[in-house]
Formats: sequence, C-alpha cells, structure tokens
Amino acid sequence: MARMPHGGRIDRTQPLSFTFNGRHLRGFAGDTLASALLANDVTLVGRSFKYHRPRGVMAAGVEDPSSLVHLGIGAAGEPNARATQVELYADLVATSQNCWPSLRFDLQSGFDAVHRLIPAGFYYKTFIWPRWSLYEGAIRRSAGLGMAQNLRDPDVYTHQYAHCDVLIVGGGPCGLRAAEVAAARGDRVMLVDDQRELGGSLLWRGAGGIAPDLPATIGALATTSNVQILARTTAVGYYDHNLVVMHQRLTNHLGKAAPNGTPRERLWQVRARRVLVATGATERPLVFPDNDRPGVMLADSVLHYLRRYAVVPGRRAVLFANNDPAYQAVFALADAGVEVAGVVDIRASVSDALAAELARRGIRLFSNSAICATHGRQRVRAVRVGAMPSGPTTTLACDLLLVSGGWAPNVHLFSQSGGKLRFDDAQSCFRPAQSAQAVQCIGAANGLFDSAIALREAATTALAPASADLLQWPSAGAGAPGTGDPLAIQPFWRVPRGLGHGRQWVDFHNDVTVDDIALAARENFVSVEHLKRYTGTGMAPDQGKTSNVNALAILALETGRDIAAVGTTTFRPPVVPVTLGAIAGRHIGGLYRARRLLPAHSRHVSMEAMIADYGGWMRPEAYPLPGESFEEAVRREGLAVRTRIGLFDASSLGKIEVAGPDAERFLDHVLVTRVEGMTVGQIRYFVMAKEQGIVFDDGVVMRLGADRYWVGASSAHAAHVAQTMDEWLQCEWPTWQVTVTDATRQWATLALAGPESRDVLSTAGTDIDLAAERFPHMCFREGLVANMPARVARVSFSGELQYEINVHAGHAVTLWDRLLAAGASEAIQPVGMEAWLGLRLEKGYLVVGIDTDGTTTPDDVGSAAWRKKTANFIGRRSLMRPHALRPDRQKLVGLLGVDPAKRLPVGAHILASPSALPPCATVGRITSSMLSASLGQSVALALLANGRARIGETVTAYFDGQRHMATVVPLPFYDPQGARLNA
Amino acid sequence: MLLIPCPFCGPRAQIEFAYGGQSDIVRPKTPDAASDQEWAEYLFFRDNPKGSHRERWCHRDGCGLWFNLLRDTVTHRIARSSPVDEPRGGNA
Ligand SMILES: [Zn+2]
Repeated sequence: MARMPHGGRIDRTQPLSFTFNGRHLRGFAGDTLASALLANDVTLVGRSFKYHRPRGVMAAGVEDPSSLVHLGIGAAGEPNARATQVELYADLVATSQNCWPSLRFDLQSGFDAVHRLIPAGFYYKTFIWPRWSLYEGAIRRSAGLGMAQNLRDPDVYTHQYAHCDVLIVGGGPCGLRAAEVAAARGDRVMLVDDQRELGGSLLWRGAGGIAPDLPATIGALATTSNVQILARTTAVGYYDHNLVVMHQRLTNHLGKAAPNGTPRERLWQVRARRVLVATGATERPLVFPDNDRPGVMLADSVLHYLRRYAVVPGRRAVLFANNDPAYQAVFALADAGVEVAGVVDIRASVSDALAAELARRGIRLFSNSAICATHGRQRVRAVRVGAMPSGPTTTLACDLLLVSGGWAPNVHLFSQSGGKLRFDDAQSCFRPAQSAQAVQCIGAANGLFDSAIALREAATTALAPASADLLQWPSAGAGAPGTGDPLAIQPFWRVPRGLGHGRQWVDFHNDVTVDDIALAARENFVSVEHLKRYTGTGMAPDQGKTSNVNALAILALETGRDIAAVGTTTFRPPVVPVTLGAIAGRHIGGLYRARRLLPAHSRHVSMEAMIADYGGWMRPEAYPLPGESFEEAVRREGLAVRTRIGLFDASSLGKIEVAGPDAERFLDHVLVTRVEGMTVGQIRYFVMAKEQGIVFDDGVVMRLGADRYWVGASSAHAAHVAQTMDEWLQCEWPTWQVTVTDATRQWATLALAGPESRDVLSTAGTDIDLAAERFPHMCFREGLVANMPARVARVSFSGELQYEINVHAGHAVTLWDRLLAAGASEAIQPVGMEAWLGLRLEKGYLVVGIDTDGTTTPDDVGSAAWRKKTANFIGRRSLMRPHALRPDRQKLVGLLGVDPAKRLPVGAHILASPSALPPCATVGRITSSMLSASLGQSVALALLANGRARIGETVTAYFDGQRHMATVVPLPFYDPQGARLNA
Repeated sequence: MLLIPCPFCGPRAQIEFAYGGQSDIVRPKTPDAASDQEWAEYLFFRDNPKGSHRERWCHRDGCGLWFNLLRDTVTHRIARSSPVDEPRGGNA
C-alpha cells in the first residue's frame, strides 16, 4: 500500500482524479503530482536527456532533476512542469516527455546501449565533418525536453512592484522566526514561500511531522498589518541594489476551476532594504554505480513524502548514507511498518545512540561499506553492498533505496547578489561568507543545521539595525558566517574502481557520469566553468541542484586539488525555471510596445485604410477601393497628387517649439543648416548631425516669431531630436535662455498636395491670402481654416503645390472631413504612406535612416551650405576630418533602371566591377526604389562611392543571384526646376 | 537594476533613467582649431575604470533633467548625485 491509511497534510475528503499517460489515477487535495504518482506506485515518470534512461521521482522539491512532464493539452498546455512542484487538481492531465513511442518502450533508449561511442563532448569531436549544421537538427531532436506548443497561450500574466523593509525568502522555521521579530519591531515585512503552505521542513520533520505552534505562528503573522505573506511564490533572481524578482503562481493549482480572466501567474520586482535568505538546504545524493534507477531517492525526501503526503514510495527499503540525520527517514519508515532491509554507511562506525535505535527496530547495519551496484530495469529491485575498499559483497532485495551524501545550503540567491562563499570542510558544503549587498542567509541556508542555534541566529539577524544602505548588511561583523555544531559527515564522492564497475551518475537529467568528468579532466577542462560546458553537468532545467557539488568534488579528486580551489560555477538567475508568460506579463500583442495613433486614426480606420507601423506610429499605408489591390491603390493615390489633389495625414511630423532670447543662436548650434537671417514666416530645410558628423535627422524649421521657432523633425526621430536638443541645452549651454518643447502630439497636420490644392483650401474656407506671390513656397501663415485656428505651411515633400495645415489635435477628424468635402468636386483622394514615399522618391528627397546610414554625412547627401556658417554647430569639426573629405565617400545619387519595367531591389549591392562574381568588392547599395507611374521609369536612390562624379555611367547592382543594370543620374527625377511646387 | 538617486526627485528605479556615459567631457571651445587627434579624443576616448566613475544620467521618465553620478563600477555603490551644472567639488 503506497498510501498510508492515516496522516499527512492531504485532505482525504477531497479525492481528485487525474491521468498520467492516459492512465486514470486518484489522489487527494494537498498532493503534488509527484506524491500522487508515488501513491499510485508510479515510479517511471520520464526519460533522461541524452541516453533516454528511465527516470523517476528522486526528491520532493524544486531540486528534483528528472520528473518533468507535459501538463494539459492544446493551447493551455505547459511543457517541462516539474511533478514535485505541480499541485494536484481535479482532472489534471500529465504526459511524459522525451520518449517515443511510449514511456515504457522508448526506441531512443538505444542511445544508452552505445553510450561508449557518445561520451561527454562527443558532438564536438564527431560531427564536425564536413560541418556541424548537417547533424544539428537530428541531434537536437533526439536530445530533448518537452515540446513548446505553437498555439496562443489563453492565460493572462501580470507584473507587480513592491518595496519593503525586510524581504524574507522562505517560510520555514527560521524564516517564520525572523518575520516574527522583524514584524514586532515595526518593519514592513514580506515573507514569501514557494509552497502552498508555510512551514518549510516543519511540515515533515518533528513530532508527528508538524511543530505544534505552526498554525498559531502563521495565523498571527497573517493578521499583522505590516506583514505581507505570499505563498506559492519563488524568489528567482537577485539583482543590483537589493532588487529581488519573484514568481508567484496564482491559479495554476486550480486547473479548470481557475476563474476566467484572473492572472495565472505574477512576476514581482521587490526592492527590499534588507533581505533574509531562509531557503534551507538541499540534500545531496551519493554517487555510486547504477545510482540512477527509479526507486533511488533522497532520504529526507522519502521522509517528506511519508509525513506530508502519507505516501510510502516502496515496500522494502535500504538506506545508503554518510551522516546521522539521514537515519531519521528509515526509522520513520520502519515505524510506519515498512520493511528496512539494511543501512549502508560509509563510516567505520556509528554512535551508540544510533546503533541502539537500529537494534531496537531490528535494522541491519553495513558500516564501512558502499553500494557497488543496483539491479532492476525500470525500477530498482536489489542492491549489492560491498565492504570498503574492495569487498566482499552482499545482495539486498529492495524496491526503494534512500541515499544521503550530506547537505548543500541553498545559496543561489546569496551568490547571485554578489556574496562570496567558502567551503566548510566539516560539513563538506559551500556556505555564505561575505555579503556584497544588504543580505544575510539564516538557518540551513547559512549552513546551520542545528535547529536551536539556527533559530537563535535567525532572530538576532532579523534585528539588525535599520539602514538605507542597500549594499551592506547593517550590523557590526557584517557577513560573519553563523557558527554552531557542525553537521558531521564523512565526505564520499564516488565508489572506487575496485568496488564497482557500473556507470556512476552525477547529473541525472543531463546524463553526466563520473567517467565523463574524468574524461573532461584528462582533456584539460579543469576549470569548473569549462567542465560544466563540456559535459553539460548542471545545465539542465534543475541547474544541478543535486549534482553540482558532487561534480566539482569529483573534478577536485581527478585534478588533485581541494574542493575550495576548484570553486563553484556562477549562480545565475533564475533559481528555478520561470514561464515566458510571466516574464512577458501584459506586454504581449497590442501591448508589446507603445504604439502611437494619429489624432484622426478613427477616421482612417472607418475609411478602411490599411494601417501599418512606421517608426512606432500606426499610419495608413494606402486606402484601397473595393476590389482594388494594394499596388493599384498606391498608383492611383500617387497619380491623384500629380494630376489633381490628394489629402495626406502628416500629424506624426515633429513639431518641436524652440523659444527664448537665445533660440536662434541655439538652433544655429544644433542644426547643420544656417538659421541666422530667417525672417518671421520663413521656412528652411534643415539637416541635423551628431557630433561625429553623421546625419541624425532632417526636416524644416519655421520662424514663428522674434524668438520662437518650430522644428519640424521627421516622424520617426522627433522625440529623439527633442531629447537630444534638451541634452545639449542642459549639459553644454546651461546658461542660454532657451526652452525646447516637443508639441508633436498637440497638433494635427494634414497636407493638401497637388495642383488643385490652392482651390480646395480656398473652398474649405480660410482668411489667409493664398495668392502665390504673397504666400510663396517655404513660407507659413497663421489664420483660420474651416473656422479652426491654424498654422499653414507651404512646404512640399510631394513635389507638387502643397499646404500643410496644422490645427489642434482634437480637430483632426473635423478638418479631415472638411478638406475631403471641399475637394470632392476635384475628386480628392486620401493618400497613404506608400504613395507618399513614392512621391518623395521621384523628387529625390531622402529619408534619414533609409537613404542614410551610420556613416553618412551632410555632404554625402548634398548639404554643403554649412561651409558658409561660422557657428560651432554639432558635428562641424567632424566634417573636416580627413575621412569625411575622402573623394570616394558614398554619395546619394539617382539610378534609372535600364529596364524601365523592372524594379531595382532595395539592398542590392553595386559591384565595383560589373563582371565580378560575388564575393567581390562593392561600391555602394540601393536604398529606395519604385516603378514610377508618373515617370514611366524604374527609379531608385543609391549610396554610391564618388557617385556625383559618375553621373551618366551604367552600374551593375547584384541581389540574390541576379544582376540589375542602372544608369547614374542627378536628383531629382521629377520636376528638376521646381516649377510645380512653386506654383 | 540600480536604485538611482535623482538629485531632484529622490531614489528611483533605473528603468526611469537614460545613461549618458562619462561626465566632464569638455567640448573644445574652438573646434576648428582642434587637431584631428584632439577632436578624436574628445569624440571617442573614454575612461574605463574599475572602481569610481563619474557619469551622466538623465531622469528621462521623471523630471527630464541631467545630473552627475559617482558610481563604483565594481560594487555599484553610488557615492554622490549632483546637478549637472554644479561646479565640480572636491569630493566628486
Ligand atoms: Zn528626477
């Protein structure tokens, strides 16, 4: 009977049914999936990563290496769930991973038969000819974990931020004691524990498994106003300045009963003045031949299953240990009526007290002995016990083998915080030594295994004086490791060759053996970091919680060094795997990043525009008519502007107001273009550079008044331009009287473009005199348009007569509708970005970031007027460096496709020699291209070395195996005299 | 993630800030007169100390102001935070 008739912290009034690999099983509320499987005598749970060896449940907590299963089905399914961490719920569906066709009969377990051919690092040596990529796919498929499903996760995840005086990680005896004393002092306390109920080891150790005052202690804390308790919450990462990231499971344990819309998990970021790590310790297995069979379990985990879940995972048990506390588990088993076939101890003798306890229960002791072999295929059936160092041997039948090789304090968070560890020889474990932040470990996490001493130390530590210093523990003697009677263990790291020949497993998930570590040492991978990467030890999802110390101790033996000299690998977050959903939180889909909407967005949507993301702005690409293709719509819209009139929403164009007595001087320092001499109402094209002389942005600058300017930066860069201007103002010219205000979103900008635009604007109604001689190109006027206060600018990105009408952003839809109505008789067309970018290309206007790159200077794109300036504008000196003056710099030029009907591919490289075969030298590339409807030509912009001297030449562009011939021409392609935009 | 003391707003999480590199990079007063070497050093050459580093930060998602921070690049201890236009004192 695997489930005891009484006891445990399960609710026997709530039976739950669930399935494992299709088999219907039953457990109780309060079970984990692991305890329920063991209660049903299921010992084979999964297959190991590399050799597909049978794997069962070995531990009871997060350290269990191999009990990974797939939970659920379909979109809500979750791969790689650790059975020991899954709370059982009604109708839970679990299936094994990494096995085919079935768990019991896994074809790929054939890898195990040929293991001699595939030792550690085999793929580095074997699959290198002719190249690794030929083999990678097959190897990655056969070595594996669960399958991520490609359906959209229906669950909701969320993030939360918090601050506290003291964060206590772990609700075991020491964590609870620390919380009590800190709370009594008035500290704001957060107490977190990864289990569904607090208590830690009290839940399975002590009289009856539960300390009598546990419910009272937890109850009192839960009702204290300055204490926040979070169960089912794992602290997974320790970052700078005492920031701890925690992963909370909110509804996972409810299964289908989880309420709709409630977040499934929450990721916390907690900034704590002090952190107490009370995460306990992890029992280490012993390393011996064939130690990986299902049925081999950690001694304390067996006690855990017995006391907490009333589960006995076997009928006949053997213990193999090197320390006293491990005996508690077999005593408890014997007292529960389980047959104990024997205790095998490395030590030459045990204490009289222990010997008496053994004798009282009639348990046979094999001292100075080790297990040198185990038998059984999918479950251990017997063990062979050998006297040290080389025999004789005895065989004991058993189906449960408890092992204990000592304890490892759970120092993961402490180590992540920057804390230093030291190796404690007496207890054979790494313990905290020196803190690097305001953090201390208490209890077993600090290497204190005596409860009375640990509790006293926890209370003292929690009463450290308050301090705002996040980088130092605030009491005298900070970082001094706690002291107490050591837990005496006799180190034992592997069975000597003379006693056993089977493979001795170290990392049970990644299939790393003692021989693999020895091989790595022979091949000079003697750094523990190299060992880890070469053999894969500690790199499985369990991060080697049960295997790391064993692995580096064996490396120490193999290389003749002390364990302290070998050291540990770096502890990295997360301590346990975290779902990607929790990390993403709400930042998915439409909330993945902030997207800016035009003020008339609703109108573009109602007109069924195709909307796309342009530099963070959601803008209409085109407005296709019913039955019209995208290309047809773009062509129609472009031709409407060229022949009659179009309406374009340019509201995302930057509108940065620069004001103050020093505004002109300031702009002459931040722009390459000269601002001095502009009159009120005048507009100038500008280029802005970085101090390195690289083109940063371009646009138009308008003089609004005596000391007020509007900088019309490009849509994608406006926010960055405003920030950059402000940075220079604050850091370089702090005494200048200037303000920089990004008013982009306060204004809507609608552009009427085309030969009919003056008439349509007039029809819409304005008090501005539109006559060309009084309102010429590159000027702006203020007035009313359709009864709305407006700033109207005559600028032209389209190359046609164009008015940009700026009104309050709240008037965007109204103005849009009025202008469309006013233009109805002229068949006005709304114009999307694609047609608009085509119009500018025909005019040879560049788009910064598309037609320029991180090397392009103002000179390269034809802006040389800065040479007349005297101001020391940003980037000026860089334009005089020899590199900026090289004659072979890539210049922006036009290309005409020799085949007028074939589009030149953007990204095509222009070959230095037309006949060369790539790879070969190139002299430039195509940055923008189109088939121009109005020109009947294939046109493109290109950056071409010494391009302006090559006008008239034919060049060859190469793209994806194809060659394209093109002629270099001056810009613009369309209306070179500018007659149309000046109309 | 650092907890950065903005001299104007108080301690705030690092995600609210933009980093601006080493402080006190002096822009040549007459760039045209600077040699190519001097200009290149102003543009590109920076200290990379193991230890105390005076650097510029901007409280971008807060008050928007630039300030100087004296930060230890090993321990992340922040010894001083001061307005960017404050004259450089003896302890910073
Ligand atoms: Zn601030």
